[in-house]
Amino acid sequence: MIGFPILSLMLLVPLVGAVISLVSDRKTARLVALAATLVDFVLGVLLWTHYDIGGAQWQFREHAAVFAGFDWKLGIDGIALMLIVLTVFLMPVCIGASWNSIEKRAGEYYAAFLFMETLMIGVFAAQDLFLFYIMFEAGLIPMYLIIGIWGGANRIYASYKFFLYTLLGSVLMLIAMFWMANAAGTTDIPTLMEYDFPPQAQTWLFLAFFASFAVKMPMWPVHTWLPDAHVQAPTAGSVILAGVLLKMGGYGFIRFSLPMFPIASAHFAPMVWGLSIAAVVITSLIALVQNDMKKLIAYSSVAHMAIVTVGLFAFNRQGLEGSMVVMLSHGIVSGALFLAVGVIYDRLHTREIVRYGGLAINMPYYALFFLLFTMASIGLPGTSGFVGEFLSLLGIYKESSLIALVATTGIILGAAYMLYLYRRVVFGDQKNADAAAMPDLDFREWAMMVPLAAAVLWMGVYPESFIAPMRKDIGTLEARVAIARPKGDADVKFGGKTPAAVAATLGSAQLKGAK
Amino acid sequence: MDFLHSLFAVSAEDLLSTSVLVLLLVAAWGGDKASRAISIVAFAVLVGAAALAVPALTAGAGGAATSAFGGHIKLDAFAAFAKLLIYVGSGVTLIVAPAYFDRFKAMRAEFPLLILLAALGMGIMVSANDLLTLYIGLELNSLAAYVLAAILRADGRSAEAGLKYFVLGSLASGILLYGISLTYGFTGTTSFDGIRVALGTGALSIGATFGLVFVLAGLAFKISAAPFHMWTPDVYEGAPAPVTTFFATAPKVAALALLMRVSLDAFGGQPGAWQQIVIFASLLSIVIGALGAIGQDNIKRLLAYSSINNVGFMLIGLAAGTAAGASAMLVYLAIYVVSSVAAFVVVLALRDEAGNAIESIAQLGGLSRTRPWLAAALAVVMFSLAGIPPLFGFWGKFLVFQAAVQAHLVVLAALGIAASVIGAFYYLKVVKVLYFDDATDAVQGREELANRALLLGSSLFLSPLGYLLTPWLGNLAGSAAAALFHFA
Repeated sequence: MIGFPILSLMLLVPLVGAVISLVSDRKTARLVALAATLVDFVLGVLLWTHYDIGGAQWQFREHAAVFAGFDWKLGIDGIALMLIVLTVFLMPVCIGASWNSIEKRAGEYYAAFLFMETLMIGVFAAQDLFLFYIMFEAGLIPMYLIIGIWGGANRIYASYKFFLYTLLGSVLMLIAMFWMANAAGTTDIPTLMEYDFPPQAQTWLFLAFFASFAVKMPMWPVHTWLPDAHVQAPTAGSVILAGVLLKMGGYGFIRFSLPMFPIASAHFAPMVWGLSIAAVVITSLIALVQNDMKKLIAYSSVAHMAIVTVGLFAFNRQGLEGSMVVMLSHGIVSGALFLAVGVIYDRLHTREIVRYGGLAINMPYYALFFLLFTMASIGLPGTSGFVGEFLSLLGIYKESSLIALVATTGIILGAAYMLYLYRRVVFGDQKNADAAAMPDLDFREWAMMVPLAAAVLWMGVYPESFIAPMRKDIGTLEARVAIARPKGDADVKFGGKTPAAVAATLGSAQLKGAK
Repeated sequence: MDFLHSLFAVSAEDLLSTSVLVLLLVAAWGGDKASRAISIVAFAVLVGAAALAVPALTAGAGGAATSAFGGHIKLDAFAAFAKLLIYVGSGVTLIVAPAYFDRFKAMRAEFPLLILLAALGMGIMVSANDLLTLYIGLELNSLAAYVLAAILRADGRSAEAGLKYFVLGSLASGILLYGISLTYGFTGTTSFDGIRVALGTGALSIGATFGLVFVLAGLAFKISAAPFHMWTPDVYEGAPAPVTTFFATAPKVAALALLMRVSLDAFGGQPGAWQQIVIFASLLSIVIGALGAIGQDNIKRLLAYSSINNVGFMLIGLAAGTAAGASAMLVYLAIYVVSSVAAFVVVLALRDEAGNAIESIAQLGGLSRTRPWLAAALAVVMFSLAGIPPLFGFWGKFLVFQAAVQAHLVVLAALGIAASVIGAFYYLKVVKVLYFDDATDAVQGREELANRALLLGSSLFLSPLGYLLTPWLGNLAGSAAAALFHFA
């Protein structure tokens, strides 16, 4: 499979763009940034179209032993592919969102974003344990600068909190990685995914990785950095934070925790479920009382990510596939919602919900798009949000109906806070004269909204395009974790069937479920 | 014949000592007017000495270690690696010093000579294979360093730094000497090989344990490891900036290399006896270095605490007690020397309109807008010292923690790395001042061309490009570390 090094090229293009932006003025820098992200998007589409569905597990592999201690080793499976596609899809939108709103130090701004893109693609494409860690950690620097330099009033506190929280989470993961590399004698991620660590060690390793991914995800109760970071970050920063950075946590679970430590994962699954349903209920209720639009969406992100963790730790195909779809969908939808907030923030420079109202009258197209994304966030059938949440909840229902019951309240609460937000901002009287005078979407905003809306509908109507590349990898993962799968309350408990017969029934039921 | 052979073996030291004596005469006749010429010659002498040290390093672990003067001196790959770093640190000091002292009209002809003498002493330290050679090298270096700290005679802070350094340094030397005498008393020899044989691997006698503890305490002072770190912030702050540059690089390398050789070679059969001391000093240094730095507003004091913090991380590599740990320490040292050079070249460039040094961090506010490249270089150094990938400073931490985990010191590694997050806080604080705060326009000075080149080179080394050097650096450090384990 070693052919044209397309993954390295995808890493290089934004990096070169970053260096050029750094020394350019504002107008040149944003053009360079747009060009670089669009080129990367085209490469991402090529990657998708050339990906051989059902072919080798790892494709587009590259290997160069240029470092000591770790290797430059890249390669993707279907899961990584979809997350890379999500990244390169959102990046041009981010650049578009910053087009006019970033006026000071634009060169550095676009350089930070492009550098960030390189690192995000690197995280998903890395096939070496330590290369992954370097990419994973390095993202802290540009994000720290983005929040700290171009953020809102309380940006410095938010940037510190973001940096130190995530750093503390991930340093222990590094120690765990040393232990793994030492025990398994390799740093190759595909090999490690099939390596059986002793069960006792798995517990410690799982906890070390969990500390990192739970903060990144973020899971309740270590989510508190997220609302601060979101509220203070510039619009594009929020888009990339919600759209891609949070997905690194979910990707970490699916790439490391589950396949490498299946026994410990099963052991800790009830803890993950507990934290997740707590997050669903608590953060949804918190979202309900927010006055700040960005903060509301930030809390809704925590709730949605909790659905992801519930699905991942359901240990079955529906749960795993559903979680992946939720991640992709949430990446697009929350990005779009932050963008929608950004559009009116650019006009009125406030995120206070009460300062708006009746936008449907003067901004009808804006209201339309906002409605679509709101519905997608709630999980209305036909939008991307429905597919993933349905599958995830179905997956967890097979494990524990009680957890599924509580997790499903997230959808009801989600509808409550999102519709309440929508009503206050878009419907009602035009009680504020300045909000009533705001013009509707301009061409630039149309150009950002349309692709996002199209993606939301595409994923809602025909999710197969997105699930197909991942199906085989999810199947491999499901088989890998099957040995440790906790017995769910939906499993047949009585009757004279042998375990083999039960397994056969279950297997066929799962196949049906997948179709 | 043996004497001639020995003289030939220590050619780098021969070159340094004869040059010092000749240049001393030049300085006596030429006075301070000749200082620039002496600096240039001294720099050339360091380059020559470095060239003479290279063959021992490239010969690698396979090359027979050359003993000289009846086994008092050992010229192996380890000594060569440390010497190269020492010469780099000394050479950089010679480059940055003249411009600095010229502003005070205080460039003295003795300055380059003292640097050369200190370099000679440090070369002897790292090649020492006997407790007495060790002590001679250490004192030669220390006496030169005391004078260097106080070289700005008219400046009260400089004199204070020199006095503090001298008093505390003498105390440490005394402790060290007492430890040496105890060790000699209980083993009957001062040679490292002899001590290792005499101590064996069995239980350690109480007297020998005392000797070991005193020797380690004396050396801990020299590397400014907690709890013997108190002098560091005061001396770093008070000494003239080029001298601080020197203190942060060369003597640190020499003392750490010496500590490695004493622990792993002389006491190599008794790792259990010193390991706990090293672990204690390591964790304490990391925490004190991190917590102490938080309240500092003076950039030189901040860097002093940063050095205490970094020494703590390096000691984790020593605590591992393996060749991998020693090799990791050497790589860390190399990266640390470059980081320090970059940091202090920036410090030297921080001057107001009148040419007075700016040391307050608050006055660097918004430097990224007035001096973007200088600020970027300092930010790279800060993130690198904090060990955040993809900057090269991460690699040193990576290697020492990896060595600790391989040596089954998982708890030490976990505690150390968790404490590194505290350290990240104050490095972030500097970046915050540089990038997030409003511009103060305090910094006006322009850096000299040579400093600019140094800064560019060291920043590139610390950037992700540094990773391309990892195989080369790893090989050199690996063969140097293997030389320490010649007896195994």
